Amino acid sequence: MNDSTGKKYISRSQAVAARMLGEEMMIMSIRDSALFSLNPTASAIWQAADGVTPLREIVERAIVAHFEVEPDTAYRDAVELVEALAGHGILKIAAEPARS
Amino acid sequence: MGSLVEELNARAIELGVPLGVHLDLTWRCNERCIHCYLDHDGAGELSFVEIDELLVQLANAGVFFLTLSGGEPLLRKDFFAILRRARELSFNVKLKTNAILIGERETALIRDLGVESVQVSIYSNQPEVHDAITGASGSLARSIRAIRLLVSRGLKVTIAHVIMRPNRGHYPTVRALAAELGAVFTIDPTITPHINGNRSLLALNIASADLRDVLRDKSLVADSNEFAPAAPSDEDLVNGIPCSAGHSSCYISPFGDVYPCVQFPLPSGNIRRQRFIDIWKHSPQLAEVRSIRLRDLPVCSTCAHATSCSRCPGLAFMEGNMRGPSTQDCEKSYARTAIPTANMVRH
Repeated sequence: MNDSTGKKYISRSQAVAARMLGEEMMIMSIRDSALFSLNPTASAIWQAADGVTPLREIVERAIVAHFEVEPDTAYRDAVELVEALAGHGILKIAAEPARS
Repeated sequence: MGSLVEELNARAIELGVPLGVHLDLTWRCNERCIHCYLDHDGAGELSFVEIDELLVQLANAGVFFLTLSGGEPLLRKDFFAILRRARELSFNVKLKTNAILIGERETALIRDLGVESVQVSIYSNQPEVHDAITGASGSLARSIRAIRLLVSRGLKVTIAHVIMRPNRGHYPTVRALAAELGAVFTIDPTITPHINGNRSLLALNIASADLRDVLRDKSLVADSNEFAPAAPSDEDLVNGIPCSAGHSSCYISPFGDVYPCVQFPLPSGNIRRQRFIDIWKHSPQLAEVRSIRLRDLPVCSTCAHATSCSRCPGLAFMEGNMRGPSTQDCEKSYARTAIPTANMVRH
C-alpha cells in the first residue's frame, strides 16, 4: 500500500449513495450518513475508481489531461483524497487490482 | 451535516434538479390508522417493470434522496426487488414502514441492500392506545420487535410520533421508548386532510390548549421544525420560496401521479403518459408552484409571523388556495407565541 514502492488500486464502496449535481458528486456513506460533495477533480477520480486501473494512471487520464496541474502534485492530492474517502468507507484502496 | 444538505438543496433548486422524491409503492396497508390520509385500493398500481423504468428516469434526472413509502411498502411482493434496483442505481434510500412485516430475513436484506434509515410510526407506548389508532391488534409489539431487530443490526431507525386526540400527552413516554430502543425521536402535531380533500380527519387534531403546551415544551425544540424559534424578519425570506415542494422535491403515487408533495396533491402529470423529466421541467402546475414567493401571499405576507411560520403550501392548497394561509400553521404560530396571525384577525 506504500505508494513509493507499489501501486494503489481504488474501487467504489457499494455502501454509498452517489449522484452528480452539476459538476460535483454528492456521496453519502450508508454506514454513518456522512455526506460529501466532491469537486470536479475529485469527482473524476471517484468515477474512474474501477478497482483495476492504477491510481497514478487515473490521475494522468482524468486529472492531468484535463486540468492545469503538475502530475506529482495531482497524484499527492489524489492519494490524500482517496485515503480520506477510504477512512469513511466510501472508497476501497488495494495493493492489487480487483479480479474481474 | 445539515448545512451541506441545505447547500446541496439550494444548488439543486438553482439547477432545477429534483434532489428528493417520495415514492409511495402502494397505498395498500395492513393497518387502518384512524388519521390516515390515503385510500387503500391497490388497483392500478405501477408494475415492477414500470417502477424499474421510473427509477432509471429518476436517477437520470438527478434524484439522490429516494423515500420509499406507502401504505405499507413491504406488502408488495416485489418490494425487495425494487429496493435492490434502487440501490443499484445508487439512490440514498429511506424507508417508511410500520415494520410489522420486518423479521430477521427482512432486516438482513434492508441492511445488506444499504437502506440509509428506516422510519416507523409509534403512537403510544401503551398497546391499547397504539393498537386502537392503527386498528391492528398486536401492532405495537410487532413494530417494537422490528425496531429492536433493525437497531441491533446497525440500522438507523427514527420513531415518528404523530400527536392526535387519542394519544395526547403520550409523547414523553414514546420519547423515552425511542431512547431505550436506540432510535431517533421526531414528533408531529399536525393531522392532515385526506388526499381526496375530505377534511373530517382534522377533528383528530389536539385542542388549542394541548397544542400550546406541546409547542412550548422546551425539551422538544430539537425534535421538530415546528419548534424552531421565531426568525427575525429578513428580506431574503420574504423573497424566498415557501418550501422545497416542487422546487427540489416531489411526490409520486403508486399509480404514477406526480404531485409537488404528498401533502400537496396538485396533479402535475403522470409517468405513464410522460417521462418524469418532462413533467418536472414542463408541468404548468409545478411552474405555478415554483412562481410563488412569500411576498406574493396576500394574507401571509402581512402577518407578524410571516418569516417564522411553518406555513405548508400543500395544506393551504387543500384549504382552497395555494397562496392562502394554512389555518393549522396559523394555529401553531399562535400557540407558540400568543400573538394572533393575520388570518385570525381577518376572521
